[in-house]
Amino acid sequence: MHFFEVRRLTKAFGGLIAVNDLTFQVEEGEIYGLIGPNGSGKTTVFNLITGFYPITSGAVLFRGKQLNGIPTWKVCKEGVGRTFQIVKPLRRMTVLENVMTSAFCRTSNTHVARDKALEVLHFCEMDKKIDFPAKGLTIGDRKRMEIARALATAPKLLLLDETMAGLTPQEQYEGVELIKKIRKSGITIIIVEHIMHVIMNLCDRILCINYGQEIVKGSPSEVANNQAVIEAYLGKE
Amino acid sequence: MAKYSKFAAVGLLLAFPLLVSSDYYRHIMILALMWVVIGSSWNLLAGYTGQISFGHAIFFGVGAYSAGLCTTKLGISAWWGMLIGGPMAMLFGFVLGAICFRLRGTYFNLATLALAEILRLVAKSWVSLTEGMMGILTIQTFRSKVPYYYLAFGIAALCVFAIWAIIRSKWGYYFVAIREDQDAAEHLGISAFRYKSISLLVSSFFTGVAGAFYMNYMGFIDPDVVFSLYYISIMAILVAIIGGAGMIWGPPVGAFIMVLLQELFRSAFFGYLPKWISEAHAMAFGILVIVVIRFMANGVVGDWVKLSGLFTRQKAPIPSVTSGN
Ligand SMILES: Nc1ncnc2c1ncn2[C@@H]1O[C@H](COP(=O)(O)OP(=O)(O)OP(=O)(O)O)[C@@H](O)[C@H]1O
Ligand SMILES: [Mg+2]
Repeated sequence: MHFFEVRRLTKAFGGLIAVNDLTFQVEEGEIYGLIGPNGSGKTTVFNLITGFYPITSGAVLFRGKQLNGIPTWKVCKEGVGRTFQIVKPLRRMTVLENVMTSAFCRTSNTHVARDKALEVLHFCEMDKKIDFPAKGLTIGDRKRMEIARALATAPKLLLLDETMAGLTPQEQYEGVELIKKIRKSGITIIIVEHIMHVIMNLCDRILCINYGQEIVKGSPSEVANNQAVIEAYLGKE
Repeated sequence: MAKYSKFAAVGLLLAFPLLVSSDYYRHIMILALMWVVIGSSWNLLAGYTGQISFGHAIFFGVGAYSAGLCTTKLGISAWWGMLIGGPMAMLFGFVLGAICFRLRGTYFNLATLALAEILRLVAKSWVSLTEGMMGILTIQTFRSKVPYYYLAFGIAALCVFAIWAIIRSKWGYYFVAIREDQDAAEHLGISAFRYKSISLLVSSFFTGVAGAFYMNYMGFIDPDVVFSLYYISIMAILVAIIGGAGMIWGPPVGAFIMVLLQELFRSAFFGYLPKWISEAHAMAFGILVIVVIRFMANGVVGDWVKLSGLFTRQKAPIPSVTSGN
């Protein structure tokens, strides 16, 4: 049994096949990269895993349990956290309140939720921002708060959708360090990212897709040197 | 607002019937306290949870008729309505939520509007049950206004306190999360359907209690009053928005402002202005809403600093709108 598994996953939006017969497995403790050109279906894969979109066919299995068919909020309770490519802060709440909201996933006690949120915010090095209203945060802090919020739900699998996009090089560096720290804490990660040095630096294995279909799977160096991958990104000569 | 100003306000409210013996002013205060309940209930659902109801008359009317029917059909005191009215209103809230909250978009908003109108028409035409347009007339228990005043005060205090406690709990965080971003909320383990329903149940309960109180206090109800779009459903929205939606103290303040304004118009400013003024109150409220939304989007409470700055020429700080307000 694999820790996490996607079997022959397919999603059609009307006539458009956004995800086409995708199969991959992720093992516990791994950082697994999902890459592909714009519009290749990466975010859609995440939305299918979390049950945000109903799948057209195939299956999603997490620790032996089928995730497809159960509602999004239950997928979260099962231990799958995610961040959004287009961030979704709870705007008229502070950073602490945002993270507390997600900490309530595992407790109904306000004090426990608050402690958990403070602990996670400390882990994410956001202690100084806890009382900031979420709507006033910089993009870097919004992305970081998304990670903190996902972590506060105590996930076993974390889906990161372009958490580095739009960040300064310094912030990217800190982001990579944070993700390494998250993995060290025992959380398995699937990461979608366009920034190649981030992907190459972090991932144990990578799946590259285009038009919703697999192009190649393998180690970072195998994928980076693959002719089909280069063509997918740069086009044929 | 400073802490002691709240205590002072509560103290003043408690002492009011001792200080003022006029039945007329007591009556206005009783109505204002009742509107604290309805406005706060609407605020929990709309201001905090983001589910805007255009038909809170549903719950008010159901509560009022529950009390009235206790006397006319069951032959028991209308005071039993204070116990039955809340749960009966919740029943309607439950069904409404079960149908509408699985769907996105404006279904809920429109359904509240439609259901209130349907209930008004049903109450009008089902004469064998409701006496139709004749309405329900009961004999009031007390001739003095004082017991009603303290009862209204008690219900208002309980309602505001309950909502205050809810907002500070997990439910409150979940309600606000749903208001801010339902998709994000679902991904944080929140069943939007469940928590929208909970918010609606609490809101309908207190509104139903207010309706039952109204029956007991006024001794008379008819469909056009208790299921009224204008006098109940829209008034609930005005109370919350004028005072400040999404804030605990918004609707209580809004209730006193709105009841006073309504009374000023109804009496043509105590007879100082020509009579036709009382016909113009709908228009005046419309203008008031536009002014408030344009210049004080956070209501009188939320934009208090801005408002008082008009007189003291102080610059308003940026308001911090967190769930805790
Ligand atoms: N809700 C939707 N309805 C219809 N089409 C959709 C929907 N969501 C995504 N698509 C389409 O599915 C395809 C895959 O989109 P997706 O957002 O998954 O790509 P992506 O790999 O995440 O791209 P990017 O790198 O730009 O984020 C696109 O053609 C997109 O237009
Ligand atoms: Mg994407």
